[in-house]
Amino acid sequence: MILKAEGMSRRFFRKNGGANFFYAVQKTDFTLEAGKLCVIMGRSGSGKSTFLNMLAGLLEPSEGRVMLDNTDIYAMDDKSLSRMRNKNIGVIPQGQTALSSLTVLENVKLPYLLYNKPSEKIDKYAAELIETVGISTLGNSYPNELSGGENRRLAIARALLMQPGILLADEPTGDLDDENTKKVLELLKNAAQNGTAVLLVTHENDAANFADSLYKMDGGVLSQIK
Amino acid sequence: MKLIFKNLIKRPGRTAALLLLSVFLAFSVFGGTMTVLSLRRGLESLEARLGADVIAVPDKAKNKLEDILLQGVPGYFYMDKENVEKIAQTEGVEAVSPQYFLASVSAGCCSVPVQIIGFEPSTDFSVQPWIKQSYGKELQNDEVVAGANINAEVGEHLRFYDQSVKVAAKLDKTGTELDNAVYTNADTLKDLLGAAVDKGLVVLAKNDPDKLVSSVLIKVKDGYSAEDVASDISVNIRHVSAVNTKNMVSGIARSLSGISDMTGLMIIAVWMLSLIVMAIAFSMIINERKREFAVLRVIGATRGRLAATVLGEAFFIGLIGGAIGVLAGALAVFPFSGLIEAKLGLPYLTPSFGASMGAAGAAVLSSVIAGPLTSALSAVRVSRMDTGLILREGN
Repeated sequence: MILKAEGMSRRFFRKNGGANFFYAVQKTDFTLEAGKLCVIMGRSGSGKSTFLNMLAGLLEPSEGRVMLDNTDIYAMDDKSLSRMRNKNIGVIPQGQTALSSLTVLENVKLPYLLYNKPSEKIDKYAAELIETVGISTLGNSYPNELSGGENRRLAIARALLMQPGILLADEPTGDLDDENTKKVLELLKNAAQNGTAVLLVTHENDAANFADSLYKMDGGVLSQIK
Repeated sequence: MKLIFKNLIKRPGRTAALLLLSVFLAFSVFGGTMTVLSLRRGLESLEARLGADVIAVPDKAKNKLEDILLQGVPGYFYMDKENVEKIAQTEGVEAVSPQYFLASVSAGCCSVPVQIIGFEPSTDFSVQPWIKQSYGKELQNDEVVAGANINAEVGEHLRFYDQSVKVAAKLDKTGTELDNAVYTNADTLKDLLGAAVDKGLVVLAKNDPDKLVSSVLIKVKDGYSAEDVASDISVNIRHVSAVNTKNMVSGIARSLSGISDMTGLMIIAVWMLSLIVMAIAFSMIINERKREFAVLRVIGATRGRLAATVLGEAFFIGLIGGAIGVLAGALAVFPFSGLIEAKLGLPYLTPSFGASMGAAGAAVLSSVIAGPLTSALSAVRVSRMDTGLILREGN
């Protein structure tokens, strides 16, 4: 599965003063390939998250298009785009993103249950996933009982549940200690080695060591380093 | 669906606050509707039980008649029986039936005096239809039919002026003061009247009970106005005053109308206020939860799914709150109906099971509608939100 950005940019309009708008992401071409871990580094506010959200089908580009294999995802209606994202694109958003009313296991299984009936198979796979990310003892805990690192690992397990072809991770190691940072990066690397196209946007320098390709985002401009 | 219930259960404070509003709404709608329906049924019941278009009484007893029939103050008055024939001759009169009033001093059944009303079975069109509903046979001498509030069961005996009478039947409740009366045929009443005179407890202007009546119930022919017939009788027959029964209950009808209007306004005000408060509450809650909804979008929920989640939560809050509100309303209205009746001082008769269920359904429905209605704007907002921007805002 290949995800491509073709001439993709995003501008935002200012509410008051100055120029009417600014570009968070300048016109960019980008390709994310299966089995590769691609890392985009950059300071806070450089446009990394905006770039990732556009690739995820969550923020429509001002110009250009996003192609998943041969399909322009923003040409799809909401139902098809949502279903496509559910099946093919796993997203790990920034910060705490678990639903507080659900347990860890329920959160992990949620992407499947949005469109399918409960099944033993998915229960088993969700249990395997939380074991893989190292939170198997917390299956029946609620997100407010988890540490920041455990919450991130929950988000990774949730993003992997549908075995997506694309995995997009936005600062998954933010605020984590070194040990947890290493664990999360290893999980993403493993996903790439298992055939998933993984994009990691981060300001964590250690991430570069895990990257198959490395980019830098600065002022909305993306440039390849490796 | 599971997510909706988990959201409601895992946020007990938020759910309880919204439920409270729904409960309050349904309670007001159910309580108010039941009160108005009870009063309306009481008035209909009173009109039906009076059973006549016009009632003629001795000139000075007009107010006393209202006291007896509407206020439940036991009493008696009498006029010459020959007036019955004169009234029957009046133009526009279709049927007449005399009645006889007697107030007991005390009776085995009751701590207070009881109104005894006698009627003539051969001419009666007012009392017997009700007795037939409760009894089905002709009333024999020394038998009475007791109003619903009389503390005696069928087959038991009551004593008035040392005379024993058997309770042959009990009437259905009317919610009016007529529930405190007993009915008997004219012969039995005359026996009781004779006993009262013998004891010196009732003073009669003329000593022969056979030549007296208390009131004459009049049915007016089609095409004639009850008002005109009453006026003719009052003008043309000396010492007799005729009352149009519609006018007699018009004061009650006016009070009922006032209470209905007030209750209606109160229900609308409560509904509007609840809608506003709930709309604000939903808006604040959705604002607080927009990141949660953004996450649902991230994992593949459609915009419609997000709106359905918000509306679903609001629907179940309305449904559960409505059911609790109706239950609370029923616990307030049914056990305390006597107290409400006493406080209002108006005929009050609990509506039929069907009407009560209708009011309960309407109250639940008002609450169920209020939930999604007040959350609709928030649901639209959630469905239109830009997930990418929400996720950016949170960081």
